Amino acid sequence: MQRINNSNKGDSPTAGLSLAVQGVDLSFGGIRALRQVSFAAPAGQITAVIGPNGAGKTSVFNTISGFYRPQAGRVLLGGDDITDVPVHARASRGLARTFQNIALFRGLSVLENIKLGGHHTMGTGIWSAMTYNRAAQREEMALREEVERRVIDFLELDHIRHQSVDVLAYGLQKRVELARALAMRPRVLMLDEPVAGMNREETEDMARFILDVQEEWGVTVLLVEHDMGMVMDISSQVVVLNFGEIIASGTPTEVRNHPLVIEAYLGVESSESAGAVA
Amino acid sequence: MSEFLEYSLLGLLSGGVTALIALAFVLIYKGTGVVNFAVGEFMMLGAYLYYAGAVSFGLAPWLAFLLSLFGIGLLAIVLERAVLRPLSGQPVVAVMMATIGMASIIHGGVEAVWGGDTYSPPTLLPRTPLKMGDILIPGTMLGNFTVASILIGAFLIFFRYSKTGIAMRATASDSVTAATLGIDINFAQRLTWLLSGLVGTVAGVLIASSAGLSPLLAAAALGVFAAIILGGLDSILGAIVASLLIGWIEALGAGYLGGKSRDVLPFVLVLAVLVFKPYGMFGTRTIERL
Repeated sequence: MQRINNSNKGDSPTAGLSLAVQGVDLSFGGIRALRQVSFAAPAGQITAVIGPNGAGKTSVFNTISGFYRPQAGRVLLGGDDITDVPVHARASRGLARTFQNIALFRGLSVLENIKLGGHHTMGTGIWSAMTYNRAAQREEMALREEVERRVIDFLELDHIRHQSVDVLAYGLQKRVELARALAMRPRVLMLDEPVAGMNREETEDMARFILDVQEEWGVTVLLVEHDMGMVMDISSQVVVLNFGEIIASGTPTEVRNHPLVIEAYLGVESSESAGAVA
Repeated sequence: MSEFLEYSLLGLLSGGVTALIALAFVLIYKGTGVVNFAVGEFMMLGAYLYYAGAVSFGLAPWLAFLLSLFGIGLLAIVLERAVLRPLSGQPVVAVMMATIGMASIIHGGVEAVWGGDTYSPPTLLPRTPLKMGDILIPGTMLGNFTVASILIGAFLIFFRYSKTGIAMRATASDSVTAATLGIDINFAQRLTWLLSGLVGTVAGVLIASSAGLSPLLAAAALGVFAAIILGGLDSILGAIVASLLIGWIEALGAGYLGGKSRDVLPFVLVLAVLVFKPYGMFGTRTIERL
């Protein structure tokens, strides 16, 4: 609970919300991607979802984002059922995410991409924006200032703000995507493989940024990641998926020593191999 | 020399309406990634609705014009919802075939109701010609160009600065990401079709009231393809520049080489440009990153 002490001046609208998935079933045709998946990400903490390839991690993310509609179960954001809320409306409720494959708007600059994250917070309508009147200008300035102060400086993107995102190195593109998610003023931040394909140094930078975001903003972080070292270092809770089911959850230490987890990652003795699926 | 000036001026002026039609194409291509082959038919139907209102029902031209805008706007929204939304996620070719189907149905419907005769609807704009030295510019041409310029200018500003315009661009660029950023992508796509239908209707009414109305009007849109390809399919600025350029070349060709060259020259120009710039003058260059 020490994060409350250093969260900046009680900015309650940005304080993290709890996120919960309850009894979610998801199938595509005959394939059951998720079975009775339930877990909770406590407000203001970092929760990681791990599991071997094809375990259903990204399906969980897409269900929470609203791209997939589960056949059964609920998604709760801050206690509210958002299962039937459309994708775009989840943004204004404080849900932000990044993608496994970088999804920046190509051809735009770093700053423009980040400012698009603030899109849903702006109220200016067509007419005032067309005439670009005082209200619209003030709003744009406010967004710009907020983005500058809270996001660009914070993620150390100052030197590349006017560059086109197309020319940036991979690690920087990932950081810009995180910046755009932060510009949404999220209360729950979902990161789909934030350090995939990064080298050691870039991974450490990213891990530090994620920790800073959680500590200074009080945001709830839900993360899917393959880099075990990073997951174990920064997460307070780890949920392990295998073949669409949760096989373990708990603190990093608990999970690391859980027999089913070891089995899922390393396999079992040959005599038992058929039983590993169940 | 004054001949050259006259041809050039007339060509550029006629390019204004071409640019408007091009805008109707580019809007949908940018917004949804689909080349809408029914743009010409939307245009034509809008012009017929205008004719029906102003002549058959005897309404004031401006009222008939508003009603035709309303009718086409409604049609665009209905078609987007009934035909295009269910096809989202299908291959682009399937969607294009659907637009060709819509075009045939509208075309057939118009011929069934109005037949193939040429009508002349009343003009919306003053017909006073403008005399510049010894060059005489027809009033309708000047009016058409003015309307087209104002409308195109308004669109450029809308897309550049308004929240809705930016949301539409974001949806066009990457709809999944746009949705996670809080943009209602269904709304953006509906608006794209609506705006394209309205722009097409304006172009159709302008052309019909200056050059006459027949089912051939739809074919005018095909000629605009040259401008769109030349400008780059996804560039509004490119569509404008290319439309003016093609209008100019057409007028010079018609003036010096005879009227038939009007159908050939634009395509020769397009071919020549595409050899050197395959994405058009202003189109987005797609580079596969491996």
